[in-house]
Amino acid sequence: MKKVFVTVGTTSFDELIETITSAEAAQALKARGYDCLVVQVGRGALLPDADSCPHIRLEAFRYKNSLAEDIERADLIISHAGSGSCLEALGAGKPLLVVVNDKLMNNHQLELAKQLHIDSHLLYCTCSTLTETLRTMDLSVLRPFSPGQPQNFANFLDKALGIK
Amino acid sequence: MTFVLGAVFAGLLLCFIFIIRLYAVVKTGHKSKPGAKGPVAVLVVAGSGGHTTEILRLMESLSSSYTPRHYVIADTDRMSQEKVCTFESSKQQSDSETQFTIHRIPRSREVRQSLSSSVVSTLNALQYSLPLVFRLRPDMVLCNGPGTCVPLCAAALLLGILGMKKVVIVYVESICRVQTLSLTGMILYPISDYFFVQWSSLRDKYPKSIFLGRIV
Repeated sequence: MKKVFVTVGTTSFDELIETITSAEAAQALKARGYDCLVVQVGRGALLPDADSCPHIRLEAFRYKNSLAEDIERADLIISHAGSGSCLEALGAGKPLLVVVNDKLMNNHQLELAKQLHIDSHLLYCTCSTLTETLRTMDLSVLRPFSPGQPQNFANFLDKALGIK
Repeated sequence: MTFVLGAVFAGLLLCFIFIIRLYAVVKTGHKSKPGAKGPVAVLVVAGSGGHTTEILRLMESLSSSYTPRHYVIADTDRMSQEKVCTFESSKQQSDSETQFTIHRIPRSREVRQSLSSSVVSTLNALQYSLPLVFRLRPDMVLCNGPGTCVPLCAAALLLGILGMKKVVIVYVESICRVQTLSLTGMILYPISDYFFVQWSSLRDKYPKSIFLGRIV
């Protein structure tokens, strides 16, 4: 069973939830072989019923203590542009499609998502282009995201502070 | 009249000495090698959410030479304390003695709080930061962006200005910052001894910053 995990973190992003559970988006996912959609809706007003989407198996919830398990089980992650969500998905080595909320202005969190897109670590779209992106996207262009190297920081600091 | 003149003169002299001391403390920070004398006491500012995750990644890489570790958490943050405790208990300690403490101070800035009210709440947080930092007297402050860093670093700087102890201020800008520094980063850039950024575009804009690639 191929799973898609949609996450909005601690924010609300009803437009994304509405678009991804629409018949067109579900059909696009189905055409790509995905047959299960797990949706984390955060503070959003919309918490879709399991039977509201006839084309695909749907599970929806607001929050969990940890999303690590859902991320681990997913074959594709669709996320809002939040840095925490992006880094968690990439850290787990999952293909990631970021949907930007273009109704949020001056959101500094976009900086990271944009840069990671430039570096080919994730795909990037808005709600209005989401269905089209699901139809046409090519996940093979994505490059793996190597984890940061805190050891470099520790080595630098040891030297700077005179630790032997 | 002479008294007023004298008072003004004394005030100006104090300001002058303060500025000279401030300059000396900031400029000579690189010469400070607290690690040469033994373990380095660290004051760690655990922000909230992503900030805490990032700073614990950094703490994970530091050796046991960085002891004890004093964590400061904003008092509206419930998640961070749990994360810190989980992290510390996973750190394998050969000795049974607890090597960390947790302290709480009022938050100096909530997300999206206006600048002017942030100044007031930062001053409020400073009231708690000063006695805490003067009591703990850390060798180093490690912080990465939450507003709570500012009053704590100011208190650490004051220890140096008063000649009581040079505290090395280490700031690591969040990986989320690619093109622009955070407000806290901009404030702490001139006074921190080691200022790390995680994207080359920021290093190019801020020449004093240290870029070692992504470190969290």
